[in-house]
Amino acid sequence: MKRFPVFSWLWLFLGLFYFFIPLFSTIEFSLRMLKGRYTLEAYRVAFQDPRFYTSFGYSLLWAVITMAISLLLVVPTAYWVQLRLPKLRPYVEFITLMPFVVPAVVLIFGLIRLYGRPPLVLTTTPAALIVGYVVLSLPYMYRSVDAGLRAVDIRTLTEAAQSLGANWLTIIKDVILPNLRVALLSGMFLTFAIVMGEFTFASLLSWPAFGPYIEEIGSMRAYTPQAVSVMSFAVTWLSIAGIQWLGRGGASGVQTAGAR
Amino acid sequence: MDRDSLVAPLSAPNESTNGDAPEARPPRRPFSWTWLGVAPFFLFAILFLFLPSISIFIRSFEKLGGGFTFQNIIDIFNKSDIRSAYAMSLKVSAVTALGGAFFGFLLAYAVCLGGLPRWARTFLLSFSGVASNFAGVPLAFAFVATLGNAGLVTRIIEAVLHTDIHAQGFSIYNFWGLSIVYMYFQFPLMVLIMAPALDGLRREWREACENLGGTGYHFWRYVALPILLPTLLGTAILLFGNAFGAYATAYAFTGSFLNLVTIVIGAQIQGDVLYNPGLGNAMALGMIFIMSITMLGYAWLQRRASRWTR
Repeated sequence: MKRFPVFSWLWLFLGLFYFFIPLFSTIEFSLRMLKGRYTLEAYRVAFQDPRFYTSFGYSLLWAVITMAISLLLVVPTAYWVQLRLPKLRPYVEFITLMPFVVPAVVLIFGLIRLYGRPPLVLTTTPAALIVGYVVLSLPYMYRSVDAGLRAVDIRTLTEAAQSLGANWLTIIKDVILPNLRVALLSGMFLTFAIVMGEFTFASLLSWPAFGPYIEEIGSMRAYTPQAVSVMSFAVTWLSIAGIQWLGRGGASGVQTAGAR
Repeated sequence: MDRDSLVAPLSAPNESTNGDAPEARPPRRPFSWTWLGVAPFFLFAILFLFLPSISIFIRSFEKLGGGFTFQNIIDIFNKSDIRSAYAMSLKVSAVTALGGAFFGFLLAYAVCLGGLPRWARTFLLSFSGVASNFAGVPLAFAFVATLGNAGLVTRIIEAVLHTDIHAQGFSIYNFWGLSIVYMYFQFPLMVLIMAPALDGLRREWREACENLGGTGYHFWRYVALPILLPTLLGTAILLFGNAFGAYATAYAFTGSFLNLVTIVIGAQIQGDVLYNPGLGNAMALGMIFIMSITMLGYAWLQRRASRWTR
């Protein structure tokens, strides 16, 4: 007869308390705008602010551009390294882990000092912001794509396609990409979640985005910031849920995102 | 790896100096364009990762108005506000790394080996995936709504115990408050990394230990802990770096109440608050230095840990 695992349950409940109390508190707080009753007033106020839509729209735009560039950079590189240049793998891996060594605020510091003056001025365009986001997304995008490439025998597939007379475009489009669908989507979802909640880059480069917007209304209003936080959390949660749904059956846990 | 292989097509094999038969020489390969496939990636990395880092490094040794100096590096240790910023960042990172590692390990143990039903594990891992990503500005506001002056927990305590904890001198806008907030994304990360490691403890090892007359204590002391130790320490280091580089959460949560390194660097970007650009660069360099040590330690421990996870 097995003993009842008292301590295991205790720790589990403590852990779940830590998870849920702040979430529950935020939701409860966001409903308390009108005294004495729970209403969606804070959400109504949030939705009335035109800047809510513009900042959210900008973040969407940054996210889409970042995903596109990150994919274009990472997928061919990871594929090529796997297929032709396996000796470069440690170097590529090292680069993709660099964002963990150089914190976002330090990277942006370096970018502003380096590209804020001629010969190459990037800080007056969104390029610096996008570059920062792409760097942030590198570890997650690369790991995701690399895991996808390792899961299928990319060399055999490529050689089989070649021996059947396929050209490179066909190989990439009809053989490689379909096999990488789940990996690519996971990487994209994670990138999306990172960019949508990002604050550091957008704030320090003074570009409109959702993260700085939340922070800004936080210093102006009560209750609405929490309402917007709930929405921001929903975006993150949906992205992660998407990844877990895609990766179901697989052993992989969801990786953690940067941009603290 | 050997760099020679990268330039192999350029440096053709030595022409026969030792009188080998011509056939024995490898045929001269045509110049290979294979590297072009990865060129955009490396170009991006050089332009936007290495050059900024190198620029920070060089400018750390720049005097106001130009010229070489060590003064900025010395100032990091001498100026009390900068030293205290580093001390505070290191303290928050260390406390939340240790706390997160401890609590996260217990949780991971509970759901992996603690005899809980299977769904508890799936549930906890899913939520750890979400919670470790829940950081930044929304997280700060979540804790304001929880433990702030009008927060839910504050009001519950007031209703139940009839004491206003904020009137008793409790505040979340200080070191411990920030640590509690950071813990929210720290321990789920520990759970995510420890769970697979704990799953890797094979049943045979425990059985072997029991067959040799070992108890649970012996198993943990001589088998499980030595195997898990690199992962445990490595993840704690990772958590340390995770907290050390954090900016958004701290900024939104404390504004400028807390003097963290990242906050000072952020302020330095927005306006030269240190009145010395070189000093700002030196502070950034200090962060890169500490993070590099952190990640080297992590990589080394990871290699040790992977010995047992084949």
